[in-house]
Amino acid sequence: MIELSGVTKVFNPGRAGEVTAVAAADLTVAAGEFVSLIGPSGCGKSTLLRLIADLVPPSSGTVTVAGKPAARARRDRDYGMVFQKAGLFDWRTVRRNVELPLELRGTGRSERHARAAEMLELVGLSEFASHYPAQLSGGMQQRVSIARALADAPPLLLMDEPFGALDEMTRERLQGELLRICAATGTTVVFVTHSIDEAVFLSGRVAVMSARPGRITDVIDVDLGERTEAVRQAPEYFGYVTAVRQALRGPAAAVPEQAGPAESAPAVRAEK
Amino acid sequence: MKRTAGSLALVASAAGAWELYKAIGSADGTSVGGVRVLPRADDAAMPHLWTVLHRLGEPELNGGAPIWEVLVKACLTTLGIVSAGFAAGALVGLALAVLMERSSFAERGLLPYVVLSQTVPLVALAPVIAGWGGQLMPQWATVSVIAAYLAFFPVAVGMLRGLQSPSAEAVELMDSYSAGWWKTLVKLRMPASLPYLFPALKLAGAAAVVGAVVGEISTGTRGGIGRLVIEYSREATTDPAKVYTAMLGAALLGLAVTGVLTLAQRLLIKEIRT
Repeated sequence: MIELSGVTKVFNPGRAGEVTAVAAADLTVAAGEFVSLIGPSGCGKSTLLRLIADLVPPSSGTVTVAGKPAARARRDRDYGMVFQKAGLFDWRTVRRNVELPLELRGTGRSERHARAAEMLELVGLSEFASHYPAQLSGGMQQRVSIARALADAPPLLLMDEPFGALDEMTRERLQGELLRICAATGTTVVFVTHSIDEAVFLSGRVAVMSARPGRITDVIDVDLGERTEAVRQAPEYFGYVTAVRQALRGPAAAVPEQAGPAESAPAVRAEK
Repeated sequence: MKRTAGSLALVASAAGAWELYKAIGSADGTSVGGVRVLPRADDAAMPHLWTVLHRLGEPELNGGAPIWEVLVKACLTTLGIVSAGFAAGALVGLALAVLMERSSFAERGLLPYVVLSQTVPLVALAPVIAGWGGQLMPQWATVSVIAAYLAFFPVAVGMLRGLQSPSAEAVELMDSYSAGWWKTLVKLRMPASLPYLFPALKLAGAAAVVGAVVGEISTGTRGGIGRLVIEYSREATTDPAKVYTAMLGAALLGLAVTGVLTLAQRLLIKEIRT
């Protein structure tokens, strides 16, 4: 679905404010995968997401999305995007917000209605269709923005810290919902977060990034089977959390290269 | 309802203050060290409000229709000039705002001149516009141009702010749909700018009235309220109440224009929320 090879992004090249936001990133995401990008603030994870989205052009390297150059994929609307702020248009009702991508595509009115109704059903907000965004809670707004991103059925969902501004309870509920929605629609997801728990709970793989210059230092496979709420209590889960945390702290602190639950889980138990 | 009662109370207390000062103020005004700090309260400077109202019902010096009728006619004439000037000014302001939003080069190049345009004294500019325009258009239209010259400014500045108000994420969202400049303008920037546009339009409406009144005076255009203000003020010493009737007319014209714009705002905002 996505292939990054040697992708580098330098902002303000040759000027005083020159910053290498992303350096030589390689990453492959297969269709149906859920991959998180995690790292400290300023490590370029959001920039990497925007490179995939073709919202910023790479300085060098190639970005391939759905088998074509990223720019082409953007024109073909191969992905939907969800930001940290829901970014709903507050002069539009919830339903008309969800219809926005279809409207821009020129979809007919009745089909738009039907599709928006379907999407709102999916995120459990059917009865709020004619509300305005200001009348909804932050969590509900974010669900609307997920519905909007999925409205024209893109095969790929790009999410930039979508639950970052939500409280812990809402966040956990939405994580569960997101996994359910992705499983139902078969959508591939690239998910930017700075929460280790969130990355481990949601992802099949976690790409760990380091700052200045932003590079992918580690990619950790997370094998936790079906994600139920019970997974949050499982020792294997804590094992992966530890593995990601160690990877984030850098190569010096990381214990084995291929950190798996078997090695790191006991370490967690010892700590507790 | 509450708002209407509030504005009526405000008018009543202003009238009360006027009459109160007239009752207790010194007829020659109050001076401190040779500088007059409070105005004269005699009948020539501050006629009773009822004298002004009474004057409205009587004809001008050389007879004819009662003054209120003359005023209404003059106000309607000026309203026509204001409408044309306001419409032209608002359109120019909108176009400039869109242009400046489109290109930061245009913004950097134009914005200083937009601001500079308003520092030119109107009394100096009006005869120039009248002189140039006199060959091309009827006199009333040159007054409209002067009104437009004042009206475009708040619209250009307010609308630019409005067009730039969407968050970076909202703009990125439109980019992610590969919506072009035009679609982003129509679907995102325009609706987002409405809360900025209407206050700007109200300022523009008031500015257009001022521009039209001053324009009428300095171009010597007949038939409008500006002309009446200047005519009646010549009779200030003999007929002070008459001056105030003309001022009242000009003030009510301004109120009417902003009132219409407020109404338009309510209707349009309802329309745009879907």
